Order: sequence, then structure tokens, then C-alpha cells
Amino acid sequence: MKKDLICIACPLGCRLTARWLNESAIEITGNRCPRGEEYGREEVVEPKRVVTATVRLKSGFLKRLPVTTKRPVPKDKIAALLNRLYTIELSAPVIRGEVVLDMADDGVQVLSSRTVKK
Amino acid sequence: MNTAEFDTLVIGGGASGMAAALSAAEEGWKVVIVEREEFLGGILHQCIHNGFGLHYFKEELTGPEYAERFSDMVESSKITVYLNMTIMDIMKEGDGLTVYGLSMDPGMVRFKVRAVVFANGCRERNRGNIGIPGTRPSGVFTAGLAQRLVNLEGFVPGKECVIVGSGDIGLIMARRMSWIGANVKAVVEIQPNPAGLTRNIVQCLNDFDIPLYLSHVVGKIKGKERVEGVEVIPLENGIQQPEKMFSLECDTLLLAVGLVPDNELARKIGVELNQETGGPVVDSRLMTAIEGVFACGNLLHVHDLVDFVTEESSRCGKFVSEFLIGKRPEKQYRTNPGKNVKYIVPNYYEGARENVFYMRTLIVKNNAILSVKVKGTEIYRKKLRHIQPSEMIQFSLKEEDFKLIKDKGVMEVSIE
Repeated sequence: MKKDLICIACPLGCRLTARWLNESAIEITGNRCPRGEEYGREEVVEPKRVVTATVRLKSGFLKRLPVTTKRPVPKDKIAALLNRLYTIELSAPVIRGEVVLDMADDGVQVLSSRTVKK
Repeated sequence: MNTAEFDTLVIGGGASGMAAALSAAEEGWKVVIVEREEFLGGILHQCIHNGFGLHYFKEELTGPEYAERFSDMVESSKITVYLNMTIMDIMKEGDGLTVYGLSMDPGMVRFKVRAVVFANGCRERNRGNIGIPGTRPSGVFTAGLAQRLVNLEGFVPGKECVIVGSGDIGLIMARRMSWIGANVKAVVEIQPNPAGLTRNIVQCLNDFDIPLYLSHVVGKIKGKERVEGVEVIPLENGIQQPEKMFSLECDTLLLAVGLVPDNELARKIGVELNQETGGPVVDSRLMTAIEGVFACGNLLHVHDLVDFVTEESSRCGKFVSEFLIGKRPEKQYRTNPGKNVKYIVPNYYEGARENVFYMRTLIVKNNAILSVKVKGTEIYRKKLRHIQPSEMIQFSLKEEDFKLIKDKGVMEVSIE
């Protein structure tokens, strides 16, 4: 079995091929650097993305607070994460880097990416 | 009317203005930033996605995080900031410049300054600029406006969406609209190649199975009150093929069709504009032909990374400082785009110091060669692993590079 991928580790956009040698051993070709190999392996085993969104904010200044996941999140968990985020309402003050949602079971933490004082 | 005196006034408190102001203030000058919005940071605040700061901070930040790192620095500096203020007029007066700013509070302010930095960014090209025929229903937005509505104001512009333009802004908005629950039907791109980064094609389109129609245009917008759909026409060898037209139903059309430097004020004071960039023509120290008037950031030319905006604008702040202490450049010569080069900024160089250049190519190529020639003699050569029009190229010439020149003159930069 094999799968073609485009590397997103940097702007070069190398065309990668992932080949399953057996159940667990995967060979990545087409990469021009070690980061490409790492990306290719992760992309076929458990693809992950950083998720950024906004949540409702009670503030005299701003209606939506921008937030970001602390680390890349497995792709199949993104929909549930967004649904959770869209139910949240926060109140100012909020500081940048503050944890606004902690889904410990999934290992997902969402942080505020902006400071809103009032 | 209030009158205020400063050494330098910076127009715009986004990434560019903050960097220029900080770097001039560091040299001890009295600096004021005038910002139209009610906060510093500019467009970065609506760019909530990550990918900023990899060059400058060596870590990956979101737009608001990048903005806040700089606004924190401005707040703890001696820089004066006027928010909610629009610059109405600028004129040469005596040895300096007079600038009029207007706001609700404190009203009209007359600024007497010795130097002005234009750092007020871009506008988006809109439907009028690309001339899409059809009716004029609601539901047609520029992509940046839609981004602002979603990310700052908390509105959902529509549910079924078609995007024109595959530049990074169009791609980022395709993902953003998908993540707020809209259905993105297609991205339509007139060129045969995607205009945005490959990583954004993967993360923003492929992840959501959004089709990208290359060499296609939106030929017509349909709908009376609200957008009901668009007609998409393929191009073959640059010619529309109307018999192959197909329709897409949608209630929203986002236009991500490029940015143009917001140069109305600069034009007003008589600054010469560069046809290719839409920004002012500047000398090797980022000064326009009007003494004491500088330009940097997206107002000078559209950058693809904010990190480069910061770098260029910080340099601009240092040039302002040199100007204020009375340093003037040696004789300068033109820099001209040669083969496969769309533009090069700045438009002049001087031989006695390091010169940093930003440029864009017209071609897509791996292992390209950048070559700099002065009157036919090559003084610099650089191998580039991968080039494409959407990725800005940076290089710098050191003082010793210029020693190779016997006869100074026009510099030509080409790519093969």
C-alpha cells in the first residue's frame, strides 16, 4: 500500500510517497530534509493540525476572542473541538496565553491569543 | 486646534508602523504613531491563524500574538500613540512637515514634525477592479472584509460560499469559512498555478475537499436581493471558453483578488509611485523623493510574511534616525528589474554601505540563479532552491560587493 502526500513543513512543498513495508514500518520518499520524513510519517499515522478559532467574549471592547490550540490536534478531533469552542462564553479581562479550554482526556489545550483588559 | 511637535510621525500602527516607530524611538527621537483603529496591531488582529513570526521570533505565532508582542513594546516605550485618528492632510512647511489628524477626541490636531513614515498598508482590490459582470446583490465581500466580520465582529457572512483567487488570503478564508460551518463550494483562480503557498493548498483546501479551479474565471454573478450563484468559465490559452461554462449555487462570493498600497495621502503630497508595486518610489534609505517622507511595509510593496514587514520597517526607523541627525546618502543609482523579475525595492542603491533588497520573480522554478549586474559586470550571484511569484525574495549586498564595480551606474537584477 502507498499514499502520495505534499509536505507542509516548509514552503518547498515536496511531493512525498509513504509506503507500508509491513503493518508498522513506513518508508517515506521524496522528502528533501528530515522534517519531511517526520511530517510524512505523522500524516499517514495520525494527521494533526493547529486549530485557531474565536470564542464569544463579554467585553466593552471586543466581541470575539481569538484562540489557538497549544499544540497540533489530531484531525479527527477538530470538529468536536470547534463545537465545544462555539458554546463557550468568556468575560474580560483575559490575558494572552491563558488556558480557555482544557480537554484533558484528549490532551487538547486551547489558549487565548490576545489580551483584552476590559 | 491642538498643536503637537514631534521628531517623527508614523502613519499606521500595524506591524510596519510599530516596528518603524520602535526603531526610531530607540535612537532617542520623539515619535508619535497615528492609528485609525481603536487598537494597535492593524490587520494582524483579524489574522487569527498561526504561521507568523517563524523568521523574526523563531517560533510560530498567531496574528494577534505577533501584534501584541509589538504593542507591549510600544506601550512600555516613550512613543506617543493617537488611536481612532485619521490623517486628513500632510504638507511641506518650512524645513519640516505639517500633518493634520482628526479624531472624536481630542478633535483636530496639527502635528509639526521633521519626518513622516507612511506605514498605512494596503487596501483590497474589489469587484470593480476585476469587473465581474452580473447583478449587484448582497453577499459579495472582499476576503479581508469577510475575515474581519468573522474574526473581530462575530458575524457569519454566508453559508454557501465561492471564493475567487487562490492567494493565501483566499485559502485561509476557505478554511475559516469551513470551520465556522459554511460550505465552501470552490476556489476559482484565473492563473494556471495556485497563487498561495502549497502548504496552504494542503491545509486549507485539500483537508476540506474544496475543489480548486485553475485557469477559470467567474463570468457572472446571479441573484436579485442576495447572491444565488455564479457562472464559472474555463480559460484555454488565456481565452474564455463560454460553451464550457458551468454554474455553482452559492449565497456568498468572497473576492481574494489582491492588495494595493493605500497611497492616497502619499500621492497628495506629490510622492512618485512605482507602477509595478503601486507603492512609492524610494531611495536606498526608503525615503521618497520628498525630503523627510519615508515609506515601509505593505504600503511600500505587498509582503507575504509579516516578519519581512518588521525587518524592513525597523530598518526604515534607523534611516529616519540618520536623516534626523543630518546624514545624507552618497550618490545613488537606480535598481532595475531585469529578466524574470517583476520588481525590486528599493529603487536606488548606494555603494558605500550594506543594501537590503526585496524582489519578486515572474516565474516558478527550482534551482534558479539570481544575478546582479552593474553596467554589465556581475557583482553578486546567488542560488535559489525554489522560486515562485507569490514568494518574495530577499538578498543583501555588502560594502565589499560594491568594490568590484569600477564604474558605478544602474544595477540590473535578473533570474534564470
